Amino acid sequence: MSCCSTTPLGKDCSSGDGLSKNTRSKADAVVSKQSAPAGCGCGCGAGASNGLEEEVRSLSTPLDNGEQQLVVVIPAMHCAGCISKIEKGLHALPQVVSARANLSTRRVTIVWDDRLGQGSDLRKTISELGFEHHLLGQADDGESHLEAQGRSLLLCLAVAGFASANIMLLSVSVWSGADHATTQLFHLLSGLIAVPAVAFAGRPFFASALSALRNGHLNMDVPISLAVLLSLAMGVFESMNGGHEAYFDACVTLLFFLLIGRTLDHHMRLKARGAVASLAKLTAPGALEVLDNGQTRYVASQDISEGMRLRVQAGERLPVDGVVMSGSTDVDRSLVTGESDPVSIAPGSDLEAGVLNLTGSIDLQATGTADTSFLAEIQRMMEAAEQGRGRYRRIADRMASIYAPAVHLLAFITFIGWLFVTGGDWKTSLYVAIAVLIITCPCALGLAVPVVHVVGASRLFREGILVRDGGALERMAEVDTAVFDKTGTLTKGEPRLDHCEGLQAEDLPALYALASRSSHPASKAVLQGLHDRFLDAGVLSQDGTGAGSVTALSAIKEVPGLGMEGIMGGKRVRLGRPSWVADIAVVKGDAPAMYAGSNASLMFACEGTRPAVLSTRDALRPDARASVAHLSRLGISNQILSGDRRDKVWTLGAELDISTVEGDLLPGEKLKHIEKLGADGRKTLMVGDGLNDAPALTAAHVSMAPASASEVGRMASDFVFLNGSLGAVPVAYEISKHTGRFVRQNFGLALLYNAIAVPLAMTGFVTPLIAAIAMSASSIVVVANSMRLWQVRVFKGSETAMQGDEDRIGARGLGSNLGPNLGRSLGLSGTATIASGGQADQQKVPA
Amino acid sequence: MNHLVILIPIALGLGLAGLFAFVWCLRSGQYDDLDGAAERILTDD
Repeated sequence: MSCCSTTPLGKDCSSGDGLSKNTRSKADAVVSKQSAPAGCGCGCGAGASNGLEEEVRSLSTPLDNGEQQLVVVIPAMHCAGCISKIEKGLHALPQVVSARANLSTRRVTIVWDDRLGQGSDLRKTISELGFEHHLLGQADDGESHLEAQGRSLLLCLAVAGFASANIMLLSVSVWSGADHATTQLFHLLSGLIAVPAVAFAGRPFFASALSALRNGHLNMDVPISLAVLLSLAMGVFESMNGGHEAYFDACVTLLFFLLIGRTLDHHMRLKARGAVASLAKLTAPGALEVLDNGQTRYVASQDISEGMRLRVQAGERLPVDGVVMSGSTDVDRSLVTGESDPVSIAPGSDLEAGVLNLTGSIDLQATGTADTSFLAEIQRMMEAAEQGRGRYRRIADRMASIYAPAVHLLAFITFIGWLFVTGGDWKTSLYVAIAVLIITCPCALGLAVPVVHVVGASRLFREGILVRDGGALERMAEVDTAVFDKTGTLTKGEPRLDHCEGLQAEDLPALYALASRSSHPASKAVLQGLHDRFLDAGVLSQDGTGAGSVTALSAIKEVPGLGMEGIMGGKRVRLGRPSWVADIAVVKGDAPAMYAGSNASLMFACEGTRPAVLSTRDALRPDARASVAHLSRLGISNQILSGDRRDKVWTLGAELDISTVEGDLLPGEKLKHIEKLGADGRKTLMVGDGLNDAPALTAAHVSMAPASASEVGRMASDFVFLNGSLGAVPVAYEISKHTGRFVRQNFGLALLYNAIAVPLAMTGFVTPLIAAIAMSASSIVVVANSMRLWQVRVFKGSETAMQGDEDRIGARGLGSNLGPNLGRSLGLSGTATIASGGQADQQKVPA
Repeated sequence: MNHLVILIPIALGLGLAGLFAFVWCLRSGQYDDLDGAAERILTDD
């Protein structure tokens, strides 16, 4: 089962790092070794290893025996092949003591010994295996807390399950007519099981009810706790006094059912979190400080003070805001503007923290500390926006605020009524009142929402969409305006080689060699383009050399801001900015005109020959047009907000038939725009990917991000779609709509049940047997109704999603099997089903 | 009545054994990576 080597997965990784780095190193072997001082640009150059080593070390947790533990996130890990590849690869290193992959969380926990080898080798090894990966910072408290909570819920569920099974066993014999002594014994036994079980398994409800009461309002847990405790107390009292009205079974079964709902709900949140969270940290953990004597030393980000002189190598991110002092380079400012096109930087330019340095090494002077940086500013904006959203009340809470007082009032009326009718027989009156409380079935109501939400989330998972929690589904269903970011959301955000003109077959190896030595996005696009077009055709062999011909390309260097240059057969070859390449090429006619008209972003030429024009283009996401059109049909108005140049945004708007279009927006302005829409009473769905969208994503009524988004973007979003197609947006909207419909249906069913059961209870006809049957029946009806959500039809995109194969495999499997397996996955193994789905997909791949 | 004295403790004991087995599994981390466990069966070693 080595699907990794046969699926296009490896190829997919390459758009990031994996394969291109592999092929790059192969190209290195062919090309002469005289590398440019800037290193290979991927950050693995000797100069940068100091910083990388520090990074690995600072993110490792020291263990007692002197070993270090490091957690690495590998999003593309999805099958047995990946697991064994990664674990074996790491175990081969001398410093690795153990490496254990966790497929559910896509993480590898590595225990390593820093006395036996370097930490940066760990990362290098994983990269060489073809996996994009990120280091996980120190353990996230919120997450480990959630996990601990999940485990304690499971424990409660197990105890409640044990208790209800055993009590039901005893109760069945009582119902089927045991004699008086046996009934007595069985009631006592049931009580002995029920009291500790309720005390243990009821804690989640009691705690929540108590905190609600303390804050002066009612939630669903208040009537639940009351019903459970009262029925328990009544059961104990009855069995002590030899009575027959023991509701032990109803009491623990109620707990059991409700815990199922609670555990499912929790699992869903935890899973979305596990898959969504956890990627790269945007700020560099530190940087090299340049001391007065020219030496460098490593300083951690939080120790950087204003005015410090820092050196940032190619491939590293800036830890703080700063002004460039010396050196020139290209940087990726996509964090700030959302645009992936690199920007050339010369001394004197201002740069923001988190900006990625692409080509050359620069020295800069810090203009602030980590706390005052651009990233910290974004963080503050998001926190402010988050508070605004906290006001939304989920439908279950709104129901509870009506339901709880109503139930209590009914029980009270029953009690008074029976006192009046029986002439002061308070004991009988109390029994009937408690029966009302028990039978009003918080059970169906308690399950009505979580089960639908879980089925909805699983259905979304099947479509490749992760949802953070049930509240997001409710908010999504209310949306009337959709706001899109441009680059990375409507478009794929990575340039692709679109068109090449005048390229000669004998130039290919040189072009390949030049492109493979740079981590510039344009070079990656060229490399990928060459791969796709020529590798299979046999023009180019696997290692980047031409078929038959051996190229000797030497003195390859990256000229920051301009492009790549090398010497072939005594002549210069260049790949890069058109004007720079035109300097050495023979350009017939009017040179500027040749590339002014086309959207040429790159040229390639051998000295003294005609140049080849290569144009790259950021393609639309699959299904972008159909999705936008479909949303309009559903009555949602679409808008585009972008940090890109206005004319580019307009063009895209026209192409997609979206009339409300804004360009040149800074993160703060996007946020304002969203807030203004909210103030106008619009319910906005924000779809964005970048860090610059994050405040807007947080402020919007509901938000969505592609899996390729920045970590902050994903964390700020309620939905994350994995399969790269924008069709996910209408799908998420439609499923949310249906989910809302099913929730209302379930409430309807629960109310119908109550309309029948409550009068029975109030008139005193309910026995423990009737209560047990009625409650179970109502729960089953509600769950069965929720399952119908699997059958609803949603938007189907026409284009196939090309991107993110690795995500699709995992995601599709999960949902498709969750339905039939829900019984198995109830609480205990919500994730067990991914595996079988994954295999189904793998089997289609020829081995 | 006599058989009940034997049967009921047996029933409860079996239930408790199952409960403890589950708690042990949970504590020892066997539910931490269900996907991984399902896939690992396919590896050769």
